[in-house]
Amino acid sequence: MMEWISRMLIPLTVGYIISFGLISRRPVFDDFLDGAKEGMQIVVGVLPSLLGLMTAAGVLRSSGFMDALGDVLAVPAARIHFPAELVPITLVRLVSNSAATGLLLDLFKTEGPDSPVGMAASVMLCSTETVFYCISIYFGSVQVSKTRYTIPGAFVATAVGIWAAVALCC
Amino acid sequence: MLNQIWSVMMLTGLVWGAIQGNLDQVTQGLIESSGEAVTIGIAMMGILSFWNGILKIARRAGVIDWLTAKMDPLLDFLFPALGRSHPARGPIAVNIAANLLGLGMAATPAGIEAMKAMKAGTAGETQSGSPDNAATSSMCTFLILNISSLQLLPMNMIAYRSQYGSAEPAVIVGPALAATGLSTLAAVIFCKSMDLFQARRTVGPR
Repeated sequence: MMEWISRMLIPLTVGYIISFGLISRRPVFDDFLDGAKEGMQIVVGVLPSLLGLMTAAGVLRSSGFMDALGDVLAVPAARIHFPAELVPITLVRLVSNSAATGLLLDLFKTEGPDSPVGMAASVMLCSTETVFYCISIYFGSVQVSKTRYTIPGAFVATAVGIWAAVALCC
Repeated sequence: MLNQIWSVMMLTGLVWGAIQGNLDQVTQGLIESSGEAVTIGIAMMGILSFWNGILKIARRAGVIDWLTAKMDPLLDFLFPALGRSHPARGPIAVNIAANLLGLGMAATPAGIEAMKAMKAGTAGETQSGSPDNAATSSMCTFLILNISSLQLLPMNMIAYRSQYGSAEPAVIVGPALAATGLSTLAAVIFCKSMDLFQARRTVGPR
């Protein structure tokens, strides 16, 4: 049932909106083109900040810093009953969705998706977002660089998401 | 803040790479991830432009006004600075609805439109004297909410799990919903207390 809903979601949303447009006697394709053109400009607008932050994340990851940080953090993590296997994926989650997904699939291979660690990682990826990606896209689009309390707030929300995932599954 | 974060990330990577003798990999990582950013950008350009086109139809046909009206109480609570006629309310409503449904690529263009509308309407909202590259409270709340993750049905995750032989791929739906709910609750509490704190600190309208 749920899978059916999710499979139908995109076609239904698109179909509903186009039908609604036709019923309201709108020139739907012209409207679509206006929006699509704007969409292209949006992407071009956010690309520089996306490029900058993704490159920084790539540099940080390939330098081995994230791994080293993971090793260092595994000790205090164990003290608060945070599984050591989850430390790397937790760190990577903040900077890259595709890298985190890669680590998740590794974890599924080594620990199994139904193991406590596999479950916690699954839930964690659902209850958190790629912090730096969101910030670069949204603030990059309006050239805001003074982010005020956004980043502390983002970390609070993310920490709660991570904690809840581990608490519920491990 | 982003200036500091970006330079710290870059320099930490470079220095760490130098200490570890990993500079070749760092160079490789730099080249690869800048390429990856463009690849993501191209993929985004397709699906994001498509959704932005569909959303334009929705806006001009009045679907978004209808959705926004339905979400008025929620928007009033989360974004008290954005009055009922504020142009950011529509795209914020779309962003939240699309996130809940897991339509991330529809949420993004709406989110960017919302940011632009909030930026255009900052005149009355920022504290006097704050430069115009500073985020408003509404922007902070909006971004923190987005980062707290709002998705109700994690369909990608269920797909990955069944692909890797999970006996019950969908068993995470309950915990994921609970964890997402808690992180969103934390986000709301955080933003509300920051607003209170700042309202107390600054005299006059926020």
